[in-house]
Amino acid sequence: MENWFHTQTLLIIAAGAIATYLTRIGGYVFIMRMKSIPPRAEAALNAVPAAVLTTLVAPAAVTGGFDVSLTLAVAFLLGLRISLLPMLGASWVFVMILRHFTG
Amino acid sequence: MTPDRKDEIRDAVQRGLAIAIAAAPFGVLFGAIAVDNGLTIAEAALMSATLYAGASQLVGVELFNHHVAPWLVVLSIFAVNFRHVLYSAAMAPHVRHLTFWQKATSFFLLIDPQFAEAERRADAGRKVTYLWLMVLGASVYFPWLALTIVGGFLGNLIGDPRAIGIDVLLPIYFMGLVLGFRSRANWLPVVIASAAGSILALHFVGSPWHVSLGALAGIAVAAVLPLESKAAEEPAGEPVEEGT
Repeated sequence: MENWFHTQTLLIIAAGAIATYLTRIGGYVFIMRMKSIPPRAEAALNAVPAAVLTTLVAPAAVTGGFDVSLTLAVAFLLGLRISLLPMLGASWVFVMILRHFTG
Repeated sequence: MTPDRKDEIRDAVQRGLAIAIAAAPFGVLFGAIAVDNGLTIAEAALMSATLYAGASQLVGVELFNHHVAPWLVVLSIFAVNFRHVLYSAAMAPHVRHLTFWQKATSFFLLIDPQFAEAERRADAGRKVTYLWLMVLGASVYFPWLALTIVGGFLGNLIGDPRAIGIDVLLPIYFMGLVLGFRSRANWLPVVIASAAGSILALHFVGSPWHVSLGALAGIAVAAVLPLESKAAEEPAGEPVEEGT
């Protein structure tokens, strides 16, 4: 077992796991403390999926270089037409071909 | 087993495996990078099993290699994962019918696509049950764990992830999830605000704070825009009594 785990690494992983779990229950615990959710807070919560997931895409689209920007533009247009997995596959093929020809 | 439960399990497994396929390269990549950065395969697997949050795991192992202070590694993991606070708050109306332990266990599996799928299920008017949440989560969790170990054994056999386009896979996947919510109220202004907010925050503040700051910009826009009136959605004319 000694060769499998190192004490300091183990402690960092444990603390990281606890910190992560707290983020996963924190929002729920906080919102349930409120007696009722005002309509504007509800509208705000309703926007959470699009708002957060967008931040995982947009910076890559502008800082990732021309190939990444172009691929994401293609993925966007495809995403309006076809479902998620085919869109993912087609966009992946697109970026590999693009990089093959542009180096 | 009732047909209802069968249907729930089938739906959850299908969606879960789709997520697992999209996340597969990152599971392998994480295992390989972790071992590359001096972790043992057992430590990499433990990290996947207990953190179960890809981006923060990659950030974590990157920092292990730079010999930064342990508390800073933990703080970075916390910062990358902070967006889950917003997820669990937004999930509240869909999971409040669960028992304490059901909530405690299902929230452990709360990752970006798990949240996105639960919200979509609720949007479609279907109940987000404990069984559905756990089957969905398990269909992603166990492949993720297995692929971490595979990646650990492959180690530096994996060359440049950029050459096979892995670096753009996750942004493409998240864009697909964003598009899945385009029928929601004020979707476009929210997306534009979050995109602008995250790009500006990345430039002026830096990673990973651009995620929380960008998200706040989009959420703030949703909070101040005019609320969609419920009455306006109803068809004009005589009110129709339901169930008569």
